[in-house]
Amino acid sequence: MSVMKRVSLIFRAKANKALDRMEDPRETLDYSYQQQVEMLTRVRRGVADVATSRKRVELQMNQLQKESDRRDTQARDALAKGREDLARAALQTKASLQGQLNDLQGQYSQLQEQEEKLTVASQRLQARVDAFRTRKETIKATYTAAEAQTRINEAFSGISEEMGDVGLAIQRAEDKTAQMQARAGAIDELLASGALEDHVGGTQDYIQAELDRIGTGSDIDSELDRMKGELASNAPRQIEANANGEANANGEGSAQGATEPSATEQPQAGEGS
Amino acid sequence: MIVRILGEGQFQVNDDMAAKLTALDGELDAAVQKEDDATFRTVLDALVRLVRGSGAPVPDDQLVTADFILPFSDATLAEVRQLLAEGKISGDSLGMP
Repeated sequence: MSVMKRVSLIFRAKANKALDRMEDPRETLDYSYQQQVEMLTRVRRGVADVATSRKRVELQMNQLQKESDRRDTQARDALAKGREDLARAALQTKASLQGQLNDLQGQYSQLQEQEEKLTVASQRLQARVDAFRTRKETIKATYTAAEAQTRINEAFSGISEEMGDVGLAIQRAEDKTAQMQARAGAIDELLASGALEDHVGGTQDYIQAELDRIGTGSDIDSELDRMKGELASNAPRQIEANANGEANANGEGSAQGATEPSATEQPQAGEGS
Repeated sequence: MIVRILGEGQFQVNDDMAAKLTALDGELDAAVQKEDDATFRTVLDALVRLVRGSGAPVPDDQLVTADFILPFSDATLAEVRQLLAEGKISGDSLGMP
């Protein structure tokens, strides 16, 4: 049999079983309504729990991002001071932090989606519970056994399906939140223990200590080195630009004329040749 | 006919969609039986899109039962298998005596 039909029968069987057990359906309506109100409370609490988890993940993401940025700065600093070994170590830590960040980003999206769905579900349930309450009072006021039975069955089955749906949804949310809380707890511990900082060396952030030790004295040297490097790397680019300009003038026309270096070089090259 | 997507509510779907729904439902059933995860995902997505796209949400103040119920749009094959195998949903969630 089809999946959709079987699932609907599972929901209906539940309602039918309950209806069969009723002695005075009118009393059961009150009892059911009470259960519905409890369910509403449970759903709202579920939404709040998911929101709390989401905020916690958000906080951790901020912490990890800050730590990752710090490692990035360290790597640049180390490179400027000519310590590629330190830069490499800092970038390794940064990469592992980014991995954790990606993982958290995924969790965050899932929680956000779940929160939205549960919020809508709780609004829908609220509207249906209200409808049930109205129906319940009407049925009780106009009660004649045969007529009421049908109307009670309808209202009852309708609301049961909704309750079953929301009940399953909230259960799934609770399971997922519990899983994520366990993982979030592990990251909190990691952050608190300073393990992220100790990750590379044995001592407390040895990269930073080393960078501090090198101190400002070498800053000037490294600045000079960098400037030399920049000058050196600019020179070949100019030669290339010249070569490009010549190639254009000789052959394929102005297709590359838009690129900035050849735009200035082209006329000269043309005149020269 | 009325189709519920778990977690999303009920949709009033035109009867002329029945053939399409039934065909996809058959494919879903086959995927569940063969434990074919990839097909299960594709077919469930197609079903959910079809119902969302062609159906109109049933107003919240209408208390009716659905003719068909689709699993949660992000349900796993294992979840659906378990629901079908157990043939029931846990009791405390239904608000019934």
